[in-house]
Amino acid sequence: MRFALLVLMLLPGLLSAAEIETGDPALDAAFAQIMDNDFDVKAQGVDALVASGHPKAVELLNGLQDGSLRRYTRTDRLVWAIDGDAGYAIRDVFSGEDLGVESSRKVRKLPINNTVRGRIDAALASLDLNSPDPARRLAAVGAMLAKPDPAAIPQLRTLLASETDPAVRALTEIALAVSRLGNSDADERLAAVDALAGRLEPTVRNALQATADHDADPAVREAAQHQLNLIQQQVDHYALLETLFFGLSAGSVLVLAAIGLAITFGVMGVINMAHGELIMLGAYTTYLIQQAMPSLPGVSLLLAIPAAFVVSGLAGIGIERGVIRFLYGRPLETLLATFGISLVLQQLVRTLISPQNVPVENPEFMSGLWQINPVLSLTYNRLYIFVFSLIVFAALFMVLKKTRLGLEVRAVAQNRAMARAMGVRSARVDALTFGLGSGIAGVAGVALSQLTNVGPNLGQSYIVDSFMVVVFGGVGNLWGTLVAGLSLGVANKILEPWSGAVLAKILVLVFIILFIQKRSRGLFPQKGRAAEG
Amino acid sequence: MALVANLKKLSLALAAAGALTASAFAQAEDTIKVGVLHSLSGTMAISETTLKDTMLMLIDEQNKKGGLLGKKLEAVVVDPASNWPLFAEKARELIAKEKVAATFGCWTSVSRKSVLPVFEELDSLLFYPVQYEGEESSKNVFYTGAAPNQQAIPAVDYLMDQGVTRWVLAGTDYVYPRTTNKILEAYLKAKGVAADDILINYTPFGHSDWQSIVADIKKFGSAGKKTAVVSTINGDANVPFYKELGNQGIAATDIPVVAFSVGEEELSGIDTKPLVGHLAAWNYFMSVEDDANDAFIEAWQKFIGSDNRVTNDPMEAHYIGFNMWVKAVEKAGTTDPAAVGDALIGVAVPNLTGGYSAMMPNHHITKPVLIGEIQDDGQFQVVSKTSGLVAGDAWSDYLDGSKDLIADWRAPLACGNYNVKTAKCSGQNF
Repeated sequence: MRFALLVLMLLPGLLSAAEIETGDPALDAAFAQIMDNDFDVKAQGVDALVASGHPKAVELLNGLQDGSLRRYTRTDRLVWAIDGDAGYAIRDVFSGEDLGVESSRKVRKLPINNTVRGRIDAALASLDLNSPDPARRLAAVGAMLAKPDPAAIPQLRTLLASETDPAVRALTEIALAVSRLGNSDADERLAAVDALAGRLEPTVRNALQATADHDADPAVREAAQHQLNLIQQQVDHYALLETLFFGLSAGSVLVLAAIGLAITFGVMGVINMAHGELIMLGAYTTYLIQQAMPSLPGVSLLLAIPAAFVVSGLAGIGIERGVIRFLYGRPLETLLATFGISLVLQQLVRTLISPQNVPVENPEFMSGLWQINPVLSLTYNRLYIFVFSLIVFAALFMVLKKTRLGLEVRAVAQNRAMARAMGVRSARVDALTFGLGSGIAGVAGVALSQLTNVGPNLGQSYIVDSFMVVVFGGVGNLWGTLVAGLSLGVANKILEPWSGAVLAKILVLVFIILFIQKRSRGLFPQKGRAAEG
Repeated sequence: MALVANLKKLSLALAAAGALTASAFAQAEDTIKVGVLHSLSGTMAISETTLKDTMLMLIDEQNKKGGLLGKKLEAVVVDPASNWPLFAEKARELIAKEKVAATFGCWTSVSRKSVLPVFEELDSLLFYPVQYEGEESSKNVFYTGAAPNQQAIPAVDYLMDQGVTRWVLAGTDYVYPRTTNKILEAYLKAKGVAADDILINYTPFGHSDWQSIVADIKKFGSAGKKTAVVSTINGDANVPFYKELGNQGIAATDIPVVAFSVGEEELSGIDTKPLVGHLAAWNYFMSVEDDANDAFIEAWQKFIGSDNRVTNDPMEAHYIGFNMWVKAVEKAGTTDPAAVGDALIGVAVPNLTGGYSAMMPNHHITKPVLIGEIQDDGQFQVVSKTSGLVAGDAWSDYLDGSKDLIADWRAPLACGNYNVKTAKCSGQNF
């Protein structure tokens, strides 16, 4: 209250009694309250508007929420405002009169805070109970279940009497059962506890917990505790699934970042410190394509995949032809030279684009979550990137196993002299292999642009992880990279809740050091002649 | 487009640098030098470059008004490159070689700690413009950013007013979040919050995989009590954090996040539609309607040559600090650091939110505290403002070992950490 008053003093252009005429004094008062600058008064106005059953209530509340319902300062009346180039095109809410175009200073937004916003959400949910669309009714009952309000119980009873959709009926019965836990009759409470068996909603669990702790009747307490234990088992089971998904998704990012390196380092034996910057180039390619077609974020993201492959691949071929080929067999010099290249690439991006991070938009299909049940939900961006990493892995695997290039790559990796004797142009194969590995790094950059910040330092944060995955998995083995990446991701996510993000990372590193001590060739060591190389 | 803009910027910067050196030769004796110690490269360049430009603008404006004590002001800009030991070297260069009258600079606490001994040894003045963890008061440093009681505590009070009873304290793993969270934890417990209702979480700088932490927050918030997140997450890790919040469907009406390191500048790269209603606590917002603020924004956008550039809280802190220094120099009639340091205490200048800020004897200033909600245009809407000004408290009242300490640099006490119980000044320099 105190704060609200202060805000009142803070905002200039205070409202006097607004001249609104709807013919209904109660409704007039509600509109005056909505135009008030005190958030508590405004919230009361929202409630009053809903209670009045005004035919345009939904429209008005949505307008208040999204800012299209505004106050015209010249006449102090509510208007509908549409943003345009010259200013706001405004129309009177009550008379419908077109008031022309006004500058934004004259058409003020009606400020709302989280309290008002929450009240509008609740009000819209309660109005949605009468919606002809069963999905909206279901969402409305869900919202009421999430924030139980005793005043809404009669509404739910009315709904249940006429409801035909089985899903909505079931959820409504749950919401009513939660309220029956507070009934004075012990048998009623016991029946309510049974009705809530196996429900995973947080509200149900909290209500059962309260009953198990505080109910007057020992039988009810025991029944509630029993149901709670059963529910808890399920929750634990889903929590495990969730951790596994988080781990696999974190691991799939590692796999994506490392898989290009598995080619250049694993197959060719080149220590490429600029690998991270090739990832960064892929991410920047995504950004640039998105800048070129700002209205189509989804299409531009898909286009960015081949584009990033080409950009990073060409950059990789350039690096190989320009620098690395002179340094084969000299790992230390290669390391230094590629480190230098990584700094050059970073500075290039800083100078040409911006030293600051650039915003890459997430298309609609990459945001949001897939709610499997009240305790398990998977975010779409992680889900797609997990699938994407498997596709990239499978594609790369097929290239190496099924194409002529793959055959030549494997031949040169196993025995360069023999391959050349058989007519393989090893220099060309080296360039193409390096280009392939670099191109895959670029593709990884596209995926990373959806998860993390795109900036000149993007590559640096992944280079160490990438080497870690390749070495842990076994140099020269693609399967090793996949298994190592996914298992490191899962290990990290299992440790994280228990030890915190910082310590989890350290523990994983310590584990890898110990592991490499014991099995210096990684999880899947190369066998046969290639192992000597 | 970006390329052209950058080339333009580059040539501007070169021209400015050329002009600076030229003027240094031309009028070496008739200028008062002002040091600007902000990172222009490295991780902190994102935030600090803006402050360097703010200082150049303020100095430029002062010169247009006729300078100071009849002399022109001259900015000496150095680049400590987000490298903490280099901050100390550059500070020494500014004071010993360039003989600056005062220095405006630093962002992270670790950079301030790095330059502190240099300023004390060479007895020069530093104006530090960023909100920080407190627990410090140096004779040579003037803290124009917020102390915890000017940002963190009022934000928590506001959320308590809104009915929040369960708290997640999430931060980046370094000194500012750790100290702030220690103070907040003690404060919440003093207010009767049970230990079970506080979840503390730290993540490394630049953390990008927020899925399990956000899922934990979601679980923690589903216990039937109103929950809020107090975020001291710093730097660009905020972008994936807020994205994950949006993806996992955590709306501000369910679990509001109040941030202490997210301002207009940080939001300028993010789509803020999913973040509407999340909060930030500062002493200044660009959206505050005030004539002085409008003039400042206009001057800034004209100086930087873009209508899209935003202003933020540390910029206001430099505005206040610089004007205080100018006023104190005029009062003392000299730029001698000792005299100016004494004259600074008690100086009051207008801030940009419609009031006056004054320098306290503990070298902190008085400020109003504003809580704002993020809007879909990347600006904040003020939802709460303290009734009066809050004086910065160097030593927190909620931590053992610091609640008995006070700082008062006026004679005869002249101590940054005077223990009122033992009636002793510990003797350490800060």
